[in-house]
Amino acid sequence: MSEDLKRVNVTINGKLRRFLIGDDDGCVSPSETLLDTLRYRLGLTGSKKSCDHGACGCCTVLMDGEPVDSCMLLTAECDGREITTIEGLCDPVTGELGPLQKAFVDNSAFQCGYCTPGIIMSTEALLRRQPHPSESELTEALSGNYCRCISHYQVVRTVMEYVEKGGA
Amino acid sequence: MYEKLKEKVCVSEHSQYRYIGKHENRADGEDLVSGRRQFLDDISLPGLLSVRVLRSPYPNANITRIDVEKARTAPGVVGVATYKEAPDWFCGLPHHRRVLDSHVRFVGDSVALVAAETEEQADEALKLIEVEYEELPFVLDCEEALKDGAPQLYEQFKNNEIEKVTPFSEIPFNQIFVGDTEKAFKESKYVAEGVYSYEGLAHPLPPESPGVIAQWTNPQAVTVWYNGGAPHLQKFNTESSIPGVAVRVIASASGGSYGSKQLIPHLVLQACLMAKITGRPCKLLMDRTDHLLSYELRQGSRIRGKVGMTEEGIVNAVEGMWYTDSGMSSTYAQAMTAVGLGECQAFLGKCKDWALDTKLVATNHSSQAPIRGFGGQECKSVLVPLVCTAIRAAGKDPFEVFRDNFVKDGDRYIWRDNLWWDVRSIDYTKACDETARVFGWKDKWKGWETPSYVSPDGRYAIGVGVGVHGNADIGEDPTEAMVKLHPFGSATLELCVAETGGAQRHAVQKMVAEVLNVPIDGVQVVDPDTHGTGYDAGMIGSRGTITMGTCSIRAAKDAKRQLLQRASEMLNVDVDELDTADFFVFHKHNKKIYLPWIAVFGTPEMTITGIGKYKQNFDKPNFALYMAEVGVNLETGEAKLLRAVEGTDVGQIIDPINVRMQAEGSFGSAGADTGLFEEMVMDKKLGRFLTGNMIDYKWRTFNNFPRFDAVILESLWETESFKAVGFGEISPSPAPAAILMAVGNAIGCEIKDYPCTPQAILRAMGKIK
Repeated sequence: MSEDLKRVNVTINGKLRRFLIGDDDGCVSPSETLLDTLRYRLGLTGSKKSCDHGACGCCTVLMDGEPVDSCMLLTAECDGREITTIEGLCDPVTGELGPLQKAFVDNSAFQCGYCTPGIIMSTEALLRRQPHPSESELTEALSGNYCRCISHYQVVRTVMEYVEKGGA
Repeated sequence: MYEKLKEKVCVSEHSQYRYIGKHENRADGEDLVSGRRQFLDDISLPGLLSVRVLRSPYPNANITRIDVEKARTAPGVVGVATYKEAPDWFCGLPHHRRVLDSHVRFVGDSVALVAAETEEQADEALKLIEVEYEELPFVLDCEEALKDGAPQLYEQFKNNEIEKVTPFSEIPFNQIFVGDTEKAFKESKYVAEGVYSYEGLAHPLPPESPGVIAQWTNPQAVTVWYNGGAPHLQKFNTESSIPGVAVRVIASASGGSYGSKQLIPHLVLQACLMAKITGRPCKLLMDRTDHLLSYELRQGSRIRGKVGMTEEGIVNAVEGMWYTDSGMSSTYAQAMTAVGLGECQAFLGKCKDWALDTKLVATNHSSQAPIRGFGGQECKSVLVPLVCTAIRAAGKDPFEVFRDNFVKDGDRYIWRDNLWWDVRSIDYTKACDETARVFGWKDKWKGWETPSYVSPDGRYAIGVGVGVHGNADIGEDPTEAMVKLHPFGSATLELCVAETGGAQRHAVQKMVAEVLNVPIDGVQVVDPDTHGTGYDAGMIGSRGTITMGTCSIRAAKDAKRQLLQRASEMLNVDVDELDTADFFVFHKHNKKIYLPWIAVFGTPEMTITGIGKYKQNFDKPNFALYMAEVGVNLETGEAKLLRAVEGTDVGQIIDPINVRMQAEGSFGSAGADTGLFEEMVMDKKLGRFLTGNMIDYKWRTFNNFPRFDAVILESLWETESFKAVGFGEISPSPAPAAILMAVGNAIGCEIKDYPCTPQAILRAMGKIK
């Protein structure tokens, strides 16, 4: 192993992951995006590779609690960060859905569901910093999330009801 | 913005059922929200290679030299193919598009394929391919392409007119010549002529790009995983392109399709080719730029026509030529023409005299797609404005004319199979009137080219518009299904139904659970795989409710009948006295007499299998009326959709949330917004699209949706599918014409250009040239 390889430590869904950055086999390339690391290295395929240029929000994850497009971040730059993916909203032991995920299921707030993990992650980030958002705050927070089936109205209905019920 | 969103979605009026008409959670819901649902890019196979495509920079050119030797030896590369190595596999209708060709016909056409261990390695290898081209003149306009001397895309399509064939009938349905239009026009009180175009070539743009994995299992058999919704159609489509080969198609979960991924013939052939060359499974999943610039678009549509209308407002004569711009290839655009012509007749159900011809034209841009609306949105977006020229001349209310002309019970039309069908329809007048009431049409309609509101300073105005659509394809194509009852208490539905977002797997699961009266999660719908299911045409054209639904219900009833018959013999009780619920058979009038299914079976080593079959039927059109309210800044030309209402009558709601979302889906899939701002932007000098990413391709963001209301009536159709008909596909189709009308009324003059961009509006107002 080359001595000058950089090591990055990233906490992903509560687990510390250590990556070597470099071009050797098995290393994380300096140009590898966080999305590719999550999907193709760790098997966390809930984050979707859709536009791959930061315009659709299908790859949204939380970095230190803030929503980010993981296709626009390099893994090499995530040292010391805490990442939460859609898989990380489930109970780590039982796999049971988190309350926001459950609300989406109970209200079928999706059609094809491809964009749904990104929408949930953006919503989760909003609710962590603002537990009682207005509708306009919600839609503003989701303005980076693309959905073409048009789940928009049902998502708003679902989240606002969820908020009214106190997030349970 | 999201006014009234707190209102509960109504449940069905008819709630005597256990599941039908009520919301139930989707079986795939937990997997979707937890990231566990497997889409195409999540499938992993040992030795899987990534395929990337080198694309043409020219809209029309011959490849005069191509050298791939450097690419072949690049790191990770396992196989490279050009037109030289490619077999004579063709797709398109009739077959005309080669898997790789020396003649490239649009910017983005395939030049070479590279299969490598990783996508990045394949991309690097593409850069090493040396190509020289002979540039050729190109043509982008459909009528220009038809002229003598225009650049020819295919030798076999003289003057670029693509052959008139369809898969639906021996004699294709591509024109309506009935009655005597000359005589009818003399009887018309109002006659109007015009040219209308709908040529924004918008992109369906599902969030998941089209993709395929191909793996040969022996020299004569290939397995294909794809992310479309019509596995059996894809199977026979590919088998027709690779003679003698058995194709198995498995559909993964689909990240949206809107019709555009139901068939991906060229991609499938390319993946099959590279899997053949490399001897390994190959994945070809378009990235977003390829998807936007090289995949299929909503076809261009133009009409030169003339319509006549009686004093009473009944359209009694239509003649003209309907051109459809198919781009460089036709996947099966002829079918869209056939369906579109049928939908014209549903729209103008009282018209007996037609002379409407069509031409399907090849031009040098990416090919057309069978997108949601399937010919109907394209034809309606030009025919409705044409008809409105007559309505305007008469000074009539377009809503009333549309309502009174829509096909009704007792009318007839020729459908896509080139046969006459007697219409057996409910009367949609009630749905029309209720939609108009919710929208407030009577108060807002002030007359043609008359705004419903003008600001005191005269700088801003609001106009309203209406569009209508209906489609009898909801009964299209045959279907086969089996329902298996298992002794320990479960059932499987063997039906090839993929999930593209319309919740159709959920709907048929509910229907079978309703018939068998068992917990809904006691019914499993098998994965969509052509090897394990009977024929089904797929989740296309709102056909699922009637065709898949009827078929599943018949299979479930057949299985139930066998179960009760068996129990009747065991219990010595008349079969009519027995019923089943929750995996027990019981006596209807004596609760002490009952048996669990396992006891009826007598052994765990058998199943009871019911069979359902369905043949197509076109006697029922569905319906959508769309009303739009648009505000326009009269100085800048900026237009904004303020509110929309869409109304329909679905007979019986299967799931209230899902059907409402289908109506709301009118914004998506290159739908309503193609009337307002959505389009692919092209540099016509270079023949090159400029909107190759999702920042440049403008569409609505989450915080930019207007108030939308859905009016969904339930008049209980005479169908076997719990008196329900499908609706989802058509929701966008009437919207663009309604928006065009609304803008015209706001600005006080007719506007003909889609989409209603500020430039188009200011041009219509005479403020710019």
